[in-house]
Amino acid sequence: MSRLGSLGARLYRGEVGYDFVGKRKIWYGISILITITAIVGLAVRGLNMGIEFSGGAVFTTPKTAVTSAQARQTAQDASGHTAVVQKLGNDTLRLQVSDLTPDQSRKTQQALAKKLGVDTDKVNTDIVGPSWGDQIANKAWWGLGIFMVLVVIYLAIAFEWRMAVAALIALVHDLTITVGVYALVGFEVTPGTVIGLLTILGYSLYDTVVVFDGLKESSKDLTKQTRFTYSEIANRSLNSTLVRSINTTVVALLPVAGLLFIGGGFLGAGMLNDISLALFVGLAAGAYSSIFIATPLVADLKERDPQMQALAKRVRARRASEAAKADSGEPRDGEEHGEDGEPQDAAPAGVVGQRGRTDGRNRGGRGRSQGRRR
Amino acid sequence: MAAPKKGRRSPGGQGRPGRVLALILIAMVALTGGMFASGHTTPRLGIDLAGGTSFTLEAKNEPGKPNAINETNMNTAVGIIDSRVNGLGVSEAEVQTQGSNHIIVNIPRGTNAKQARKQVGTTAKLGFRPVLTATAGVKTPEPAPSASGKAGDKDKGDKDKASDKPDDKSGDKDGKSKESVKPSGSAAPSASTGQQGRAVSDALKADGTPSPRATASVSDGKNGSTDPKKDEAKKDGQSPSPAPSASGGTDMAALQKKLDALDCSTPQGRAQANEAAASARAEDPVVACRKDGSVKEILGPVAVEGTAVDKASAVFDSQGGKGWLVQLKFNSEGAKKFADVTGKLAAKQSPQNQFAIVLDGEVVSDPSVSTSIGGGQAEISGGFDQQGAQDLANVLSYGALPLSFDVVTETTVTAALGGEQLRAGLIAGAIGLGLVVIYLVAYYRGLALVALASLACSAVLTYTIMVLLGPAIGFALNLPAVCGAIVAIGITADSFIVYFERIRDEIREGRTLRPAVERGWPRARRTILVSDFVSFLAAAVLFVVTVGKVQGFAFTLGLTTLLDIVVVFFFTKPLMTLLARRKFFASGHPWSGLDPRRLGVRPPLRASRRRPSAPVDPKEA
Repeated sequence: MSRLGSLGARLYRGEVGYDFVGKRKIWYGISILITITAIVGLAVRGLNMGIEFSGGAVFTTPKTAVTSAQARQTAQDASGHTAVVQKLGNDTLRLQVSDLTPDQSRKTQQALAKKLGVDTDKVNTDIVGPSWGDQIANKAWWGLGIFMVLVVIYLAIAFEWRMAVAALIALVHDLTITVGVYALVGFEVTPGTVIGLLTILGYSLYDTVVVFDGLKESSKDLTKQTRFTYSEIANRSLNSTLVRSINTTVVALLPVAGLLFIGGGFLGAGMLNDISLALFVGLAAGAYSSIFIATPLVADLKERDPQMQALAKRVRARRASEAAKADSGEPRDGEEHGEDGEPQDAAPAGVVGQRGRTDGRNRGGRGRSQGRRR
Repeated sequence: MAAPKKGRRSPGGQGRPGRVLALILIAMVALTGGMFASGHTTPRLGIDLAGGTSFTLEAKNEPGKPNAINETNMNTAVGIIDSRVNGLGVSEAEVQTQGSNHIIVNIPRGTNAKQARKQVGTTAKLGFRPVLTATAGVKTPEPAPSASGKAGDKDKGDKDKASDKPDDKSGDKDGKSKESVKPSGSAAPSASTGQQGRAVSDALKADGTPSPRATASVSDGKNGSTDPKKDEAKKDGQSPSPAPSASGGTDMAALQKKLDALDCSTPQGRAQANEAAASARAEDPVVACRKDGSVKEILGPVAVEGTAVDKASAVFDSQGGKGWLVQLKFNSEGAKKFADVTGKLAAKQSPQNQFAIVLDGEVVSDPSVSTSIGGGQAEISGGFDQQGAQDLANVLSYGALPLSFDVVTETTVTAALGGEQLRAGLIAGAIGLGLVVIYLVAYYRGLALVALASLACSAVLTYTIMVLLGPAIGFALNLPAVCGAIVAIGITADSFIVYFERIRDEIREGRTLRPAVERGWPRARRTILVSDFVSFLAAAVLFVVTVGKVQGFAFTLGLTTLLDIVVVFFFTKPLMTLLARRKFFASGHPWSGLDPRRLGVRPPLRASRRRPSAPVDPKEA
């Protein structure tokens, strides 16, 4: 762990790092591939919609000696529809019958109870009318829409529109991937899944926002210097918050993993499982997208800004001239002195050796990057 | 969001962390104390954890009446369903609206879900039925049907022919002068009479107080001329002629028997009677209880449907000195029927000049009529207090509610499964928490103590608030809410991570712990606020827009997000400030999680040249 700690330090100082922004095309490509796969999967396989969306009933029996086959027969006889029976860990059965009306469902419940020799109300039932799923889905869409609009407005105010756009794209990206995974793997979509999906909204953005916050901080006085372009600053900021991103993701995933384990291992199925599954996929996608997609997108958008283009030009000009100077053998000591001139500069270590870029040596010396001044 | 807290913080944060800490500790103690004082030490559990039955009803507009789904109508419907379900003797059934067009009915385990479902699933029906016989509410010891029965019969026959004869009259609800109900000896059968001293309707009318009156003077069908009646009867598709009377005859005897057997004096008896009466067809006569149980009555077929009421409102009549009264407005068809029926009723003697306002088989009010009321407007007066008038107006309005309800979901959870789910949720939470603790300790060492204390603080606050919200706003912990709480562990822990990483960054810059803690805070604070705001926004939108299970989840998520901010501001930060003064942390003990060497602060050559003591500043200890 302490190794991670010092890795954190080196990341923070920019000694090591990954050029997220520079290699963005690769990651865009990967994301587009994944997204297309997800969409194709969705189109071809479709989602396996649970009872809650098609209407029908789910029965969970108490502990019983009745076999799955017997129970299925009973349910099918009583309901006239195909029943799916699942044996749960603790000798209980879970029967699912689609397309039932509430009345048929109640009849089936009674038949099952009779077969099992228990009271009717000892059989857990979940009866859902066919319109309910549409309602939930509808409301979820509404929630999604409203939330996106609000969040874009908020981010545009708190940060700027480019970040808002990038965050939104990352969000859609996460949702698409999660839904795609559901389609491809064939997990059943239930209200629990919807809850999980909607939570990803908050979570994915939460992560993105933390990264953006660091980015905003780093790029505050960007135009007053000529050392780094926006993309470089963005990349640096990403790397320096990388440890936090990893920690956050791990800490967020751990409880969800607990849920998933318990939900899947203990109860066989149900709300816990559904929520945690969607969350797990979504969280992973969210952590990925805020680093590999959202920030590079912001950088891309930013570099189109005339101000930033001008900056990039100045930076290039400066580097060219410095390269010339370096060739002429300007002593490096001079740079050190310049640094000392800055008050408050307790530990200037950070700037030196910007991640071993080819030109890092040249940029190394004077002053600190604007981003790190506080 | 930040602004107010910032203000409070700056004096407290740096200067008096102890005071801020004390404040939140006091708050925690107070909440815990409040929890014990309120007598609830565990959160109220939802149906899926405690066992029970839960219905979701979806409101539908009745054909031809769009836009009826609004808050007022829904709230009235909730009131009616609530009294219906709880009237079963089901205790603690809970009825509430959700979203714009759903009503959730939660019935705890141990009650008859089937019966409850029946109650919940049927549409509330309001109707005006003529009173044929009225008698005291207790079980009649010796039925004395005899002649009176026949009389009733005849009446009924007549009425049937006349189609429906509803009517209204003025009456009052309970309490005070119950003029409307009196059994006067004459036509009324049997025992009804003497028992209650208040068989005074006529007298009361004479007093002027309780009489019903038509506000609108004009009515076509006045006086109940026969022709219109016949017309109406035909319209209604009832066979006008003798058939009804014949059947009515046998019915009447049976009804009288039923009436005798009826016991309106106990809630159970009333519930049964109501159920039976509610399920009867509109064209059949029924026996029913007055709401307060004091009177039972035989009622004729529905004369005017409740849906014919356009509007009902309680008004105070200051000019006429009649006090509170209920004004009714019928739609055109209703007005006609009403005029018709009142005309007929007015000619009769008490109690047959009364009509009963029947809601779900229960007689809510049974005013008497002294004259035909036309024009579609009527008012019911006499002995109301404000509450009484408003209640009746509500009931009448409900009859006018163009809503019907479908049961869209029905969930029955046995106590066993509920307990299991609760246990699974708790275990999942414990495992999740355990994993987070292990990770934090491994990574942050001593700092993890701060994180754990903060998590514990957050847990105490969340738990006590959830418990207190149970009685306060009816919050019930359900499975999605448990999930929300577990997911929130991550969000809460992240706030600490953001802050810790900031502090460590500051230390990497070469600062000593105390300044690092203070300098790291403003930036960490902003990040935490911004990101928590997004999370809260998501929760709020979900809560407002969605229904059912999603809502419980959103609620917990929002609550824990808010608490996260409280905890970070008022607990974690001050605690950090205090701890930064301890040698263990300030000196960067290897187990403190703040060891500069482990954090990779190199005493760089340059730095040491300039500032010998740079990275670690022992004087702080």
